[in-house]
Amino acid sequence: MDMPVNYYIFLGIVLFCIGVIGVLTRRNAIIIFMSIELMLNAVNLLLVAFSQARHALATAHGADNTLVGADGQLFVFFIMVVAAAEVSVGLAIIVMMYRNTHSVDVNFLNRLKH
Amino acid sequence: MSQFVYLVPLFPLIGFLVCGLGRNIWSRTLTGLIGCTAVLASFVVSLLIFNEVRVPGFLPVTVRLFDFIHTSGLNIPFAFQVDQLSALFLLIITGIGFLIHVYSTSYMKEEKPAQFARYFSYLNLFVFSMLLLVLGSNFLILFIGWEGVGLCSYLLIGFWFTNEAYDDAARKAFIMNRIGDVAFLIGIFWILAQFGTLNFQEVFSRAQGGATGPVLVGITLLLFAGATGKSAQIPLYTWLPDAMAGPTPVSALIHAATMVTAGIYMIARCNVLYTLAPVTQGVIAVIGLCTALLAASIALRQNDIKKVLAYSTVSQLGYMFLGLGVGAYTGAVFHVLTHAFFKALLFLGAGSVIHALGGEQDIRKMGGLGKFMPVTRWTFWIGTVAIAGIPPFSGFFSKDEILAHAYANNPVLYWLGLLGALFTAFYMFRLYSLTFKGSFRGTHEQEHHLHESPWAITVPLIILAVGAACAGFLGIPEFMKPQTHVLEKFLAPVFAASDEIRAASLPSASMEWLLTGVSVSLILAVSAWAWTKFKKGVAVKESTGFAKILENKWYVDELYDAVIVKPLNALAGFLNKYVERLGLDRLTDGVGKLVQYFSRQIRLLQSGQVGAYILLMVIGVVVLFVIQIFLNKL
Amino acid sequence: MTVTQILFWFLSILTIFSALMVITRRNPVYSVLWLIITFVCISGHYILLNAQFLAIVNIIVYAGAIMVLFLFVIMLMNLNSDAEPQKNKWMQLAGVVAGGCLLLTMVAALKSASTANDTVTLGSGSIGLIQNLGQVLFKQYVLPFEISSVLFLSAMVGAVVIGKKN
Repeated sequence: MDMPVNYYIFLGIVLFCIGVIGVLTRRNAIIIFMSIELMLNAVNLLLVAFSQARHALATAHGADNTLVGADGQLFVFFIMVVAAAEVSVGLAIIVMMYRNTHSVDVNFLNRLKH
Repeated sequence: MSQFVYLVPLFPLIGFLVCGLGRNIWSRTLTGLIGCTAVLASFVVSLLIFNEVRVPGFLPVTVRLFDFIHTSGLNIPFAFQVDQLSALFLLIITGIGFLIHVYSTSYMKEEKPAQFARYFSYLNLFVFSMLLLVLGSNFLILFIGWEGVGLCSYLLIGFWFTNEAYDDAARKAFIMNRIGDVAFLIGIFWILAQFGTLNFQEVFSRAQGGATGPVLVGITLLLFAGATGKSAQIPLYTWLPDAMAGPTPVSALIHAATMVTAGIYMIARCNVLYTLAPVTQGVIAVIGLCTALLAASIALRQNDIKKVLAYSTVSQLGYMFLGLGVGAYTGAVFHVLTHAFFKALLFLGAGSVIHALGGEQDIRKMGGLGKFMPVTRWTFWIGTVAIAGIPPFSGFFSKDEILAHAYANNPVLYWLGLLGALFTAFYMFRLYSLTFKGSFRGTHEQEHHLHESPWAITVPLIILAVGAACAGFLGIPEFMKPQTHVLEKFLAPVFAASDEIRAASLPSASMEWLLTGVSVSLILAVSAWAWTKFKKGVAVKESTGFAKILENKWYVDELYDAVIVKPLNALAGFLNKYVERLGLDRLTDGVGKLVQYFSRQIRLLQSGQVGAYILLMVIGVVVLFVIQIFLNKL
Repeated sequence: MTVTQILFWFLSILTIFSALMVITRRNPVYSVLWLIITFVCISGHYILLNAQFLAIVNIIVYAGAIMVLFLFVIMLMNLNSDAEPQKNKWMQLAGVVAGGCLLLTMVAALKSASTANDTVTLGSGSIGLIQNLGQVLFKQYVLPFEISSVLFLSAMVGAVVIGKKN
């Protein structure tokens, strides 16, 4: 049941790029936000895969109770923390934008030009 | 004393700087004094040097000042060479230069002080450049002086620069000089390539050590082409008559006594090269003779007093080149010396006349001035007789020597040269008679103003007249009295190498007596005829027929204009209209427009569209990845 | 192919498919739903990798709280597929191309990566267990843990301040 870690990396890359394409292709602010969440998740997946790989490497010669590789999963944990906070603030901003312009079209933000 | 030869050019240089920088500060008296003393000091030092040089057996001394060009393959020092030839020329330049400076203080006294000082600074600069030319010990220093005198000639011809015609004349002189200079420069480069050095002594010794014939012919022809520009020979002589636009003392100094003799000096200095290239010598003789005849024929019908003298100068220079061409180096230098005296005398005399008449230069409107201006009249008479070649005045001795050598070379040269001498006698006596004899033909107010000129003008005239009368005795030819040719003995070391290769031949003594007799009698006859013919004066009318061609200088200027000047102007106009306007201007404007276009396009990036920004960001990240991972450049 | 491997492939394909569905659906509610499915699949991957704690937290926090928040906002604004703004076709194409280039670059980089021989053991490994994670968290990472609570506080305050009506 040994899976080469490259498969996970490939999966993560594909998910990340799908997120990027989502950001670039859509005009709805909320969909863009969701694509960003998708990108974050791709990264999370990658981190967990790596942490498991390191752990497997460290315990390859017995000693099944080392804690090598826990950092990766804890990092994912903190990413989720930050993502949650970011989503709340971001959605508040989007609601505010909707209240002012009655649309969630990001092209309306071209008032940044002035 | 020859160690201090650098003082000779130094004094005029200081004079130039002082007069030039102080032209707005000091009075005319002061600047005139400074200018004259500078040249006088140089003359004194030149006398002392000459004293040292005339001791028989004097070897050339090179005084090195500093290294001018010093690279691995090339070493050209800034050095002066003191030998018999340069000492002689030093005396001529500083002596006659001093007299002309004194003359100028009176002639130019109506100028404003600033202009007066400008004049003297230019004059001093000219003397400095000319001294550099004759003192240089290598071709480069000579060329520096060569260019310097060309520049000063331009500055002084166009001295009254507010007049456009004078400006044109100055430009013409400079440009024609320049054309000759290009050839001269190529000759110098060739010398450098061939001999590896520019030092005179080294070049001459290496040339004698077996340089190839065609190379020497090429080099000498190029150097001679430079001389035609500077010394006004065919085809580059038309600037000299136009140069009469400058003040008369300038014409006397530059265009009679010194600058135009630079070509002669150069060829006399390089006599070894020319003796080794007989082809070039033939060319020089022919061109000199043709110039002499052409200019003399034009002078027969000129009515401006200065123009007659100008064409006379061109003609006499032709004689000097004829002398060089037949190998009579000493004869040519002798003629330089005597010509300097009598031509400067004639020009200064003409200046005195012009001054007295308040600017009138047409000789048809003069006449009978002898009564009012005796000193000017008699000195002018001495000059006229000298240039005509009547013994015992100086012109006879020098011209006769050249003609004798010409006969030995080729009798045709002699007869044509004699014809030119007859022309010379004719037009000079015509000039003298129309100006000084008969009755006055000018206006009444001019008649009231007539007076003899002040001492600053007449004293130099007297000194020069003495020189014109007596200088001939420096060169008594062999057949008259053996071993008394002082100048030949003096200059023998300079031309020794040439004499060894091929000495200039002379006809037998009896032949020479015959030739001299024939020429003198013919000249006397022509002179008397001209004197009496023009006593009554000449009417102011248009000439017809052949006379018209002569008066209009054989239409050479018009020819040059049509063949050279107009096509050049057309080419320049064409280039301006098409290449410059449509090509280059469009190109430079296009660059500006291109930048503007690009900036406008790039400005569109700042659209305010967030989506576009993000897209660019992603593209940037991709590019950075590629560079980092694949090209490994970051 | 063992069961675990079949499961891995199945989950991977499902993840990618639902991610594509997220970004292509016109109706934003559908996008949200597909995103939830994506998160569930990713949690499945976590379980395969024996990261049990993270799998549960992923479901609770992401699929549970965050997606619900998204749905609230969408329904607040009453968005449906008619009012959905569409980007310029060329810009969409450019976006796809850019994303594709990114994909290409990274996959190419992957080919030459040095992790080719590392492997992951599926279904085993104890660091995903909550007690081991807890040990590391509260021993080494206790400071970030406490500060993240401050972060939450500021986020809450920020959201309220931004959302105020005045």
